[in-house]
Amino acid sequence: MTEKRITIVEKILDANDRLANENRQRFDQAQIYAINLMASPGAGKTSFILATINALLDDNVQIGVIEGDTAPVTLDADKILAAGMPAVQINSGGNCHLDAVMIESALDQLPLETLDLVIVENIGNLICPAAFNLGTHSNVLIASVPEGDDKPYKYPNIYRGLDVLIINKIDLLPYLDFDMDYFRQGVEMLNPGLKTFVVSSKTGEGLEEWLVWLKSKFTTR
Amino acid sequence: MHELSITESVLEIACKHAEKAQANRVTDIYLVIGRLSSIVDDSVAFYWDIIAKDTLCEGAQLHFKRLPAELICLDCNHQYQLDDELMPCTHCGSPRIRVLSGDEFHLESIEIQR
Repeated sequence: MTEKRITIVEKILDANDRLANENRQRFDQAQIYAINLMASPGAGKTSFILATINALLDDNVQIGVIEGDTAPVTLDADKILAAGMPAVQINSGGNCHLDAVMIESALDQLPLETLDLVIVENIGNLICPAAFNLGTHSNVLIASVPEGDDKPYKYPNIYRGLDVLIINKIDLLPYLDFDMDYFRQGVEMLNPGLKTFVVSSKTGEGLEEWLVWLKSKFTTR
Repeated sequence: MHELSITESVLEIACKHAEKAQANRVTDIYLVIGRLSSIVDDSVAFYWDIIAKDTLCEGAQLHFKRLPAELICLDCNHQYQLDDELMPCTHCGSPRIRVLSGDEFHLESIEIQR
């Protein structure tokens, strides 16, 4: 019997990354712009998606939504379907994040040839989703002000991988001790110059700029 | 919680290379984990004992090499390591910093018997 050391140096999430690349190719072939929308639970992911869908109805934008939930409920997907857009619910079976495999199977259930945009609503969590590439074109985080201004300092990883930050529920600012400068300084340290939109899904404040940015990312069919 | 899926990936990669090398068993696994990869060693070790059972990796010892997160200040070029909390430059106090490293997360090597 011999003993031997084998050098490997393989990224542990390599298999996920490869599958994410395949997902990306499917989006690109179908000429779809895809977003991975992350946030903590209750930050307003679903209502932000609904506000986006409603605002783009007149532009005839077709949006497919992949809803990740840790429990077997279809509450969020039902809301999207009620808004007239196709939705797929993924139940992650208690898992804390979506991964590329789950997206792959969800894509089989969406009418990709008719869509302009796909929004993946990730599991509400600021840690695990940051580690798993899904193959989407951009990572977007919703940070809602009731969560507190220290979140970039406590969850640095998720901020580092972002392409866009949405600061949501700003209609609540008068009632909170949320130090916007402190929050944005933390973000700036982790992700300098990060594209940021300051909005309230409830009142519609600030959504217009987000929509202008979003519409610049795809052409409708 | 995502340590389970990560531990499964470690097992898959280790078994793949062990089979290729025609190993009878894997005795040691060396992992490199940057400070910014939110991985809890104990959780990985916990899942490992369960999922490695009845594979080439059963009983293999996990070794974690932790790498610090390195930051650099864009104003004074001071390089420093991230402690527990994200900090402005520890030399001049500037918030204009960049993360240089700390995201590492890979399987470095395995030791096998054959």
